[in-house]
Amino acid sequence: MKADAKELPLEIMELQMGPSHPATHGTIKFNLKLEGERVLDCDVEVGFLHRGFDKSCEQATWTQVIPYTDRLNYASSLINNVGYALAVEKLIGVETPPRCQYIRVIVSELARIYDHLTCCGMAASEMGAITAGFYMIEAREMITRLVENLTGARLTVTYVRIGGVKHDLPQDFAERVKQMFKTIRRLLEDCDRLLSRNRIFIDRMSNIGTISQESALNYSLTGPMLRATGVNYDVRKVFPYLVYDQLDFEVPLGTKGDNYDRFVCRIQEIAQSMRIVEQALEKLPVGPVWIDDPRFVLPEKEKVYNSIEGLMHHFKIIMEGIQVPPGETYFAVEGGNGELGFYLVSDGGGRPYRVRVRPPCFIAMGAFHELVKGHMIADIIPTFGMVNMIGGECDR
Amino acid sequence: MPDTSPNLQFIQQQLGAKVLQTLQAQGDDIIILDRAGLRESFRLFKEDSKLNYDFLSDITAVDYWQKKAPRFEVVYQVTSLKNRRRLRVRVPVPESDPAVESLTPLWRGANFLEREVWDLFGIRFAGHPDLRRILLYDEFQGHPLRKDYPVNLCQPRVPERKVEGTFVDERSHNKLARLKHELGSKG
Repeated sequence: MKADAKELPLEIMELQMGPSHPATHGTIKFNLKLEGERVLDCDVEVGFLHRGFDKSCEQATWTQVIPYTDRLNYASSLINNVGYALAVEKLIGVETPPRCQYIRVIVSELARIYDHLTCCGMAASEMGAITAGFYMIEAREMITRLVENLTGARLTVTYVRIGGVKHDLPQDFAERVKQMFKTIRRLLEDCDRLLSRNRIFIDRMSNIGTISQESALNYSLTGPMLRATGVNYDVRKVFPYLVYDQLDFEVPLGTKGDNYDRFVCRIQEIAQSMRIVEQALEKLPVGPVWIDDPRFVLPEKEKVYNSIEGLMHHFKIIMEGIQVPPGETYFAVEGGNGELGFYLVSDGGGRPYRVRVRPPCFIAMGAFHELVKGHMIADIIPTFGMVNMIGGECDR
Repeated sequence: MPDTSPNLQFIQQQLGAKVLQTLQAQGDDIIILDRAGLRESFRLFKEDSKLNYDFLSDITAVDYWQKKAPRFEVVYQVTSLKNRRRLRVRVPVPESDPAVESLTPLWRGANFLEREVWDLFGIRFAGHPDLRRILLYDEFQGHPLRKDYPVNLCQPRVPERKVEGTFVDERSHNKLARLKHELGSKG
């Protein structure tokens, strides 16, 4: 540069990105302070999708909360169902039969695959890798069809009940899963070839959005965000629930804690989840899928329509709700994005006194400014994609 | 249930009168703690090599309106990843002075969680760097998760915010005004 050349005037520019930006799936606003294209500071504004989940739950019976939980992280609604049902069962102090527990593991893992495919597919297509995005959406669509076959709904499933699941698996379920996994494995191999060693993809993902192990723990990050930094914290291993301690699977860990590690962690977790489903289907015991306890289980329709006792029983459960003893409890499961905890308070009635969800991606958004600080404005897109913020869960 | 957990006994010894009660329910360690010197108590949980509750899982609150004497309870879930144990800390907070010490110096992750509790319950966190509403908008009146907030209460309309230095496209503004005027003259 010549000595007499003028320096460009430096001015800090404030830019509001969002709340409805085409590249950020989900309504969220970033108040950015920019120096050229470099992000100096980022203030995250959440809450655009706040519907008052907690307040709504206080008006509903314990069973009526289940459809609300579907609408938290709608990419993995089955895990939310399972987490809530397990929390209520912990408060009551009952345990479901083994077949029900295996079914819950199977549906949780299918939902996890769905969640990770959504996250990785969307992140890839936002960076221009539309083909890989569509391959993953194709894989995702097959899971959706399977879930539809199982539960009758594609997205908001309401499959799990307190004390059981809605009904048993369909006849050809295992066969369909086998067929599906064959295709998903092939699609993921294709995606691997398209992305994992792709120069453009690596340049945009590697060393972007890095967070150290210490910071990640300090920010209470969980799930793939935390595991990408190398911390071995998976609720399924550390606080085993259902039958996860009887199944053989590994927890993929990263080293650097950047976007690429998060991506690889998620892709490897899909492979592990498929292993879990295959094992669970193999070990699936025969037996009932409901606990044998008339306090929580609706009577059979034949009894409801043909006897006064059955009708009264049905009426009591529907109108007054399941009676949960007074107390409070916290129960966490491993959701798609991390530790999904339910804190429940009961005052002994048919309705919950307080339902609190620990939303993993809300907490991850609390650390987001740390991830993007010092990077380019274009790096916000892949970083945000790999956080996998789901509006329904973040804002509740 | 009598408490048998060695961790609870250890905390009781260390903190003495600050511990109001220890209990165990459904296999969880629960401790009810006085709000005086809360940050120092949590520093002990976090940094003591025996307890090692170094991971803050969650902060929330419960409103026991007309049910309990101190109306609110702030509930903390802390986890020890090394010892694979969880601890739930409940801190009663009276209605007359709803405030507790902020844990942001210990865990930066407490920032968003405490803002949420302030937003929905109106409990202040002393020493929080940036205590603003988070899920609701700044003009919202009241705190909706309090039990005396009716579920179907309507909020007043908020006038458009004037933000200093915002670029306003006058042409489009005029176009809108013209459109409104034309529609008004027709109707």
